[in-house]
Amino acid sequence: MTSAVFNPTIAKLALQALLGRRRFFLLLAFPVLLIGLVALVTALTDGDAAYEILPGLGYPLVLPLVAILAASSVLGPEVDDGSIAYLLSKPVNRYGIAISKWLVALSATLVAGALPIFVAALITGDGARATALFVGAAVAGTAYSALFLAVSAVTRHAVIASLMFVLIWEGLLGNLFTGVAWLSIGQWGLRIGHELSDQLPDPANLPWAIGASVVVTLVGVWFAGDRLRSFSLRGED
Amino acid sequence: MSTLVLDSASRWFGNVVAVNDVSLSVGPGVTGLLGPNGAGKTTLMAMMSGFLAPSSGHVTLDGQPVWRNTEVYRRIGLVPERELSFGYLTGRQFVRANADLHRLPDAAGATERILEVVDMVEPAQRRLDTYSKGMRQRVKIAAALVHDPSVLLLDEPFNGVDPRQRMHLMDLLRRLGDEGRTVLFSSHILEEVERLARHIEVVVSGRHAASGDFGAIRRLMTDRPVQYAVQSSDNRALATLLMAQASVRAVSLRGEHLDVQVDDLGSFAVGLPGLARQHDLTIFELSPSDESLESVFAYLVAR
Repeated sequence: MTSAVFNPTIAKLALQALLGRRRFFLLLAFPVLLIGLVALVTALTDGDAAYEILPGLGYPLVLPLVAILAASSVLGPEVDDGSIAYLLSKPVNRYGIAISKWLVALSATLVAGALPIFVAALITGDGARATALFVGAAVAGTAYSALFLAVSAVTRHAVIASLMFVLIWEGLLGNLFTGVAWLSIGQWGLRIGHELSDQLPDPANLPWAIGASVVVTLVGVWFAGDRLRSFSLRGED
Repeated sequence: MSTLVLDSASRWFGNVVAVNDVSLSVGPGVTGLLGPNGAGKTTLMAMMSGFLAPSSGHVTLDGQPVWRNTEVYRRIGLVPERELSFGYLTGRQFVRANADLHRLPDAAGATERILEVVDMVEPAQRRLDTYSKGMRQRVKIAAALVHDPSVLLLDEPFNGVDPRQRMHLMDLLRRLGDEGRTVLFSSHILEEVERLARHIEVVVSGRHAASGDFGAIRRLMTDRPVQYAVQSSDNRALATLLMAQASVRAVSLRGEHLDVQVDDLGSFAVGLPGLARQHDLTIFELSPSDESLESVFAYLVAR
């Protein structure tokens, strides 16, 4: 039996899928626009208006959007058009495929999501706050990418389903009902970041935030692998 | 040498039965899976390649189940009908990735050897999205063959491939069969299957309709009763004459036409012009009314 380990060939193909498509420019546009906006507002205004962009827009929106783009790019198109059959008709462990693709999606989320948030936060001053926000974004990005990878392995409408989760569950309902924070990946990240800087909110308790992030990450990747094990090609007939 | 066995395999999607209680065994040599579009060929292929669980029954390769069994792909090479979505890779990169996924000790060497076999060495440094259909098909076959599998499964490999490339592909598959590999390909075109496969399995409406060497299948298909529509200068006179022929089973008048049911296609077609001339009748029109492949298949199922 092949073991569930990182597979460099799968990762390389996933990376090529990520970089070789037009979506990549969208992925690149988010961090550039975010940093540009924060730099502009910092230059034009006094006080903390520029920083407010990050908890208001960068963290709750840009980060999950980048994770959705990355996770759906490494798995979505191949599952949609069935060409993942080319990878799956090989004696390669399915969980290994999921782990490899997730690591690529995670790297992209960190580079194009968490890192730009850190850079933007540094522009607004307060290094401790920036580090805290970066740690929070890294934790949330880890769980987001695993969750959205699992979603990509299940449905053809992965992008829509993931967007609904972010916009409606975490965004809309999260703002209306504080209890949603207990089931919100973004809030877990903020809670962990709160340990480094109390300028970040404290929406849930720390062990829960850590435990839930770990569980979502592990279950998400495992679930994606299991779906790949049972991947079915349905003919037109 | 490997044998792929379906044992009372069925597959349904909701309340639609795509494959209905099919038992067959595919051994070394080239086998053609023939059936009209929508007969369940793709579903059968998916079950045989481990990409679909049978709803009931078993699908095994040399005794091992193929569903959720990653290890069978050491012996199976699969050429799906789906297009390659890896357009950003070159032909060589794509085949090499397949070799790497198999962890071949000499992946680079195996890649070059198999590109040579499918005659794709020269265009191998071009991106896949610049390839013609026939070239993509050959690269897909190279990717499926790079680990030297004993079983090669191809779903509609000749679809959209031009005639010259088709000849080339057929030669290649024939050679692989002669080497003792189990080669199974699906097609809805009788002539394609007949030219390549020694053994044919026919599926119609999800059922296993016939199995045998192509001569036997061809005879089954040509000896079936055929319906003709004839229009002549005197249909009633012609009807009398036709009824006397041994090859004619039934004649009926339908408006301006005569519907003739014929048993023995050959002697009817050869005899008709002479018969008409002898009795000063003029044939205006003679057309088979059910020559479609679907009706041939329908006959095989009803048999």
